[in-house]
Amino acid sequence: MSDVATFNAHPAVAVQAESPLAISRITVATLTSAQGAGVCVREHALLGHLILRGRAADEGFRAGVEVALGLPLPLKMGPVSRDAERGVSVQWMSPDEWLIVVPQGEDYATEARLREALSGHYAVMQVSGAQTVLELSGPSALAVLMKSAGYDFHPRNFPVGKGVSTTLAKSTAVIRRVGEAQWELIIRRSFADYLYRWLLDASEEYGVFVAR
Amino acid sequence: MLHIYCPHCDEHREEEEFRSKGEAHIARPPEPESASDEDWGNYLFFRKNPRGLHHEQWFHAVGCRKFFNVTRDTVSYEILETYKPGQQPVVTAESRNGSASDKGAAK
Amino acid sequence: MSQRNRLGTGGRIDRTRPLSFNFNGVSLQGFAGDTLASALLANGVDVVNRSFKYARPRGVMAAGADEPNAIVQLGSTEAGQVPNVRATQQALYNGLVAKSTNGWPNVDRDVMGLLGSLGGQFMPPGFYYKTFMTPASAWPKYEQYIRKAAGLGRSPVESDPDIYDHMNHHCDVLIVGAGPSGLAAALAAGRSGARVILCDEQEEMGGSLLDSRESIDGSPAAEWVATVLAELATLPDVLLLARTTANGYHDHNFVTLHERRTEHLADLAPQANGRRQSRARMHKVRAKRVVLATGALERPLVYGRNDVPGNMLAGAVSTFIRRYGVIPGKTLVLSTTNDHGYRAALDWHDAGRTVVAIVDARDKPDGDLVAAARSRNIRVISGSAVIEAQGKKRVTSAVVAAIDIEGFRVMGSTQELGCDTIASSGGYSPVIHLAAHTGRRPVWREDLFGFVSGGVPGQIAAGGVNGRWSLRDALEDGFEAGARAAAEAGLNAVTVTPPAVAAVREGKAVALYEVPHTKPTMRAPKQFVDQQNDVTAAGIELATREGFESIEHVKRYTGLGFGTDQGKLGNINGMAIAARVTKQTIPETGTTVFRPNYTPIAFGAIAGRHCDELFDPRRYTALHASHLERGAKFEEVGQWMRPWYFPRGTESMHDAVQRECRAVREGVGMLDASTLGKIEIQGKDAREFLNRLYTNAWTKLEPGKCRYGLMCKDDGMVMDDGVTACLAENHFHMTTTTGGAAGVLDWMELWHQTEWPELEVYFNSTTDNWVAMTITGPKARKLLAEVADIDVSAEAFPYMDWREAKVAGVPARIFRISFTGELSYEINVQANYAMHVCKALFEKGAKYDLTPYGTETMHVLRAEKGFVIIGQETDGSVTPEDLGMQWCVGYKKPYSWIGRRALSRPDTRRTDRKQLVGLKPLDPKVVLQEGAQIVLEKEIKIPMPMYGHVTSSYFSPVLGHGFALALLKGGSERMGQTVYLSSGDGSLHAAEVVSPVFYDPKGTRHHV
Ligand SMILES: [Zn+2]
Repeated sequence: MSDVATFNAHPAVAVQAESPLAISRITVATLTSAQGAGVCVREHALLGHLILRGRAADEGFRAGVEVALGLPLPLKMGPVSRDAERGVSVQWMSPDEWLIVVPQGEDYATEARLREALSGHYAVMQVSGAQTVLELSGPSALAVLMKSAGYDFHPRNFPVGKGVSTTLAKSTAVIRRVGEAQWELIIRRSFADYLYRWLLDASEEYGVFVAR
Repeated sequence: MLHIYCPHCDEHREEEEFRSKGEAHIARPPEPESASDEDWGNYLFFRKNPRGLHHEQWFHAVGCRKFFNVTRDTVSYEILETYKPGQQPVVTAESRNGSASDKGAAK
Repeated sequence: MSQRNRLGTGGRIDRTRPLSFNFNGVSLQGFAGDTLASALLANGVDVVNRSFKYARPRGVMAAGADEPNAIVQLGSTEAGQVPNVRATQQALYNGLVAKSTNGWPNVDRDVMGLLGSLGGQFMPPGFYYKTFMTPASAWPKYEQYIRKAAGLGRSPVESDPDIYDHMNHHCDVLIVGAGPSGLAAALAAGRSGARVILCDEQEEMGGSLLDSRESIDGSPAAEWVATVLAELATLPDVLLLARTTANGYHDHNFVTLHERRTEHLADLAPQANGRRQSRARMHKVRAKRVVLATGALERPLVYGRNDVPGNMLAGAVSTFIRRYGVIPGKTLVLSTTNDHGYRAALDWHDAGRTVVAIVDARDKPDGDLVAAARSRNIRVISGSAVIEAQGKKRVTSAVVAAIDIEGFRVMGSTQELGCDTIASSGGYSPVIHLAAHTGRRPVWREDLFGFVSGGVPGQIAAGGVNGRWSLRDALEDGFEAGARAAAEAGLNAVTVTPPAVAAVREGKAVALYEVPHTKPTMRAPKQFVDQQNDVTAAGIELATREGFESIEHVKRYTGLGFGTDQGKLGNINGMAIAARVTKQTIPETGTTVFRPNYTPIAFGAIAGRHCDELFDPRRYTALHASHLERGAKFEEVGQWMRPWYFPRGTESMHDAVQRECRAVREGVGMLDASTLGKIEIQGKDAREFLNRLYTNAWTKLEPGKCRYGLMCKDDGMVMDDGVTACLAENHFHMTTTTGGAAGVLDWMELWHQTEWPELEVYFNSTTDNWVAMTITGPKARKLLAEVADIDVSAEAFPYMDWREAKVAGVPARIFRISFTGELSYEINVQANYAMHVCKALFEKGAKYDLTPYGTETMHVLRAEKGFVIIGQETDGSVTPEDLGMQWCVGYKKPYSWIGRRALSRPDTRRTDRKQLVGLKPLDPKVVLQEGAQIVLEKEIKIPMPMYGHVTSSYFSPVLGHGFALALLKGGSERMGQTVYLSSGDGSLHAAEVVSPVFYDPKGTRHHV
């Protein structure tokens, strides 16, 4: 057996996959369209999520990641490497840890490409079932984040393209600024219902539209 | 609510992202089985509780999940420096010798 | 009642918007822009409350947060009740309903007043302690009566229908107070491009400028306020928060602001844009620099009966006249120690009412304001003070005498001046609360007769809080502070030229903390120092005489500066009196500690949205919908919502658990085990890391195999356990307890990062990625065979192995491990596909009566097998050997793994340690109480040595009797002994000490 056991979590046959929000009920007043909404909430469900571990100082590791992902490896907290077209992003999580998000179903292939390109001391783990992505957008999305987290979201500290891992209400989230008024929140599956309801509650006063 | 600079993330973050892990620089004796009961007891159970300058270990639980050290004044709660594991503090009780808040520091 | 004290013109009220309100059942009128206090004064309401302890009639004394008397209960409905509202801070709105806080049965006829009017002899400090001390058993009765008669408002008995929320901020410069200094600082910082938050507790920003007699740039000061606010509103990074009190100053410039968002509009928060809005918002601000522009509070003079309605602060008189167009009386006597107090007399006179006299403690008053009074032919009596007020429910006259401040005595004879209002000014006390919340001691300034900030890192004081009283100084100080704060926050500060303000020549003030009376303090009429807490000069003197010399003791014995007051008016005078009596200086006496909050706030504002369903996160597994469908009752385990049991129909919990247990022992059951912590471990040193982390050995565990592991802290005490599978040579899948998941991962990181960074290994949580479905029972294999695409025979898939398979078409890892003692498989699939697999299991499982079971059944089943639960059988003081788990301790492992060395310490080697045993009650129907203490003798005696306690106890359907696990001193040597346990009703249960493994001790059932 090889050093590491890889695992393709996806069934070959058609199977109904469920987002963590499948059980969530919306209990706040929502708008019927995005028109005039202060906040729009949209889930990007079932994407591929991977954890990459390795040595940033290792040139071969950096080069290998770039080959496998087609994106440079961010070497410090903040700027997220992203190819919006392909739906691939890499975010610094820690001096030896990165979060990779890829389109649905591509996690296994991404892991395989990384394993092919990398050698030495590194690790790749799939966590696609463990988290989901919520997008918050609109003129009041910033206010909703300020009501929910103690991080400084002002453009001087949080320009477009930045991503951080921080507290959100009484849970945690990876928060990324995708546009001036557009944010991505990557939240853990088991906390997803709590955070979803928290965010909708915080959004209600601004007029919230939930996109399906 | 302290505002703590994480030397790994290179940013100040709110205290709620961190966990305090007690006194820093507690090294595990390298030869545990030949350590005396007393030495092992000291390693396990005895900690400083100074009034004034203290070196503490903190964990950036919600951020990078890395440990680091903090030199903090336990009276004013002022944080004088943070540094990575394996590094030594620059600010010490000796380097601050004579400052009022170190007086009465307990062993 | 008409607004008989309303002036014909003036004030910042809107006379076109009359408002109706109700006070103590009487309907009254005011105007938009009024506070409740100004409206009450306009209507000539003298008595607004009864005092806290003596129940004396009290009237409005101040105009802001410092008001000690006009504290009301607000709300027209039960749910909308708000206690402890200062009438001076409550904006008037149409339909406002307020009641006096104290006064029983009402403020005009008060029962406690009878007791209070008998004087200080009857209710000295410590009165309650001394009087109601014995018998102790009667205290609840006393308390009932006292609480009814005296108190500070009441909480609503219905739920608050309003919501409250929080908002976090970061800024370069937070400015507290929007008076002259604060506005100037905001302008300087704002123009520098700084991110600025300017907050002010009042309805309108402007502070003292809103009722100032002075001009700025040749126009009324209030116009400058409007100009500045208009400019600030255009700056994108400036946030203006009116009606917002900075209540708490915490470490590293973290300041909590309380914004009252709707309290000026109605009882309950009205909707905005058709949507609900929060009544109040707590802003949590992390500021690089804080400019403290909180100004100063005027100090009242302490003279006899200075609490009779009609005694007011001089500055408050001016504010009511100039800001609200209300004159609180007809005839005024002013008693002052400084020039600033003169404004009250000038405003009173200019409003067309009579100033009887200005009584100035200084021998030669001199200054522009003094000259202005003289030019109006107002009588100025120098070297004197009002030593006593006359009147019961309203001042009728002032007793005036020449005084010798140094000698603390009255000189010559007294004269009585008829008047209905006495305004007093004893100078200013800087509002340094926010400079003291983090523990910095304030510093006494003899030139100011007051304490100033002792200096807080990152905080800059400006204006009145610095003792810069004059408008010119306050503005200049503010501009400087704003520019400095911006520069220190890293911006290029711009310099702002202060506007033109005419200089005012000011005479020197004198200090007068207690006005001498013809009688000694102890026998003089009550001279109130702290009206809210009913603390008198005599009370402070008595406290010091009784030995309470430390100012902190004086505070606690008398109540000085207690509670919602926080020493706003009385502190300096009180400390000075204590200093005089103890013959110390004021700095030697010191101040008491100021604590948050500066003014009271609703608990709702502290809770924010962290309440009800959002109080604490509830974590759900991906199978939650299935559990709901099957009628699960849930149990919170940590934050997880786990199925507890699955009642069928009207089944009781006991019956459901017995049925679920039997189903597992006889058929097949299914448990959602997803909440167990899961950690994925990769790296060439993964195995070595496990060897050091776990007590047992991992060197020989092959890929495809699983092993149970035990973890200790380095003190040798068990901290967690679980099964870890070897996925590949350098790849492991670890499970932890549900509650231990986060802690174990942190623990691993700690050792890796700080002790063994050389080990090449990485670990991450995959708890949420997997769903784990345990199928267990004699029929588990048959069921698995129907859904899995692999050979599940005992030979092909033995106990403690794992296999990869497709279950209902979904890729899975199946672990053949058992926590029930039965044949068990734990099916792990990626969480997004879990519901599909779960449905398939129940479809195929129907013919085996696949029974979902919850945590309660899981507990019974594992206890029958003597399997421990970390945190239930252990409490951080239990070693592996105490649990009888020597088989799981690798003493021969070469590396001194975590906990090993401690296991050879004398304490861990003791033979009389508490050890895990089973207890079998002699009466089979008995189920022992968890937590029950174990004794060895049947006869109760004192002391009764206790030998251990029950950790788990259940009724076992398969055994047919109750059974328990327990920790018992020297337990392994006591097998077969009879011990005794409390039944909870005074009698004892007898139980036999037995092996903790009650069921299938040879382990044949899962080895099939
Ligand atoms: Zn960090």
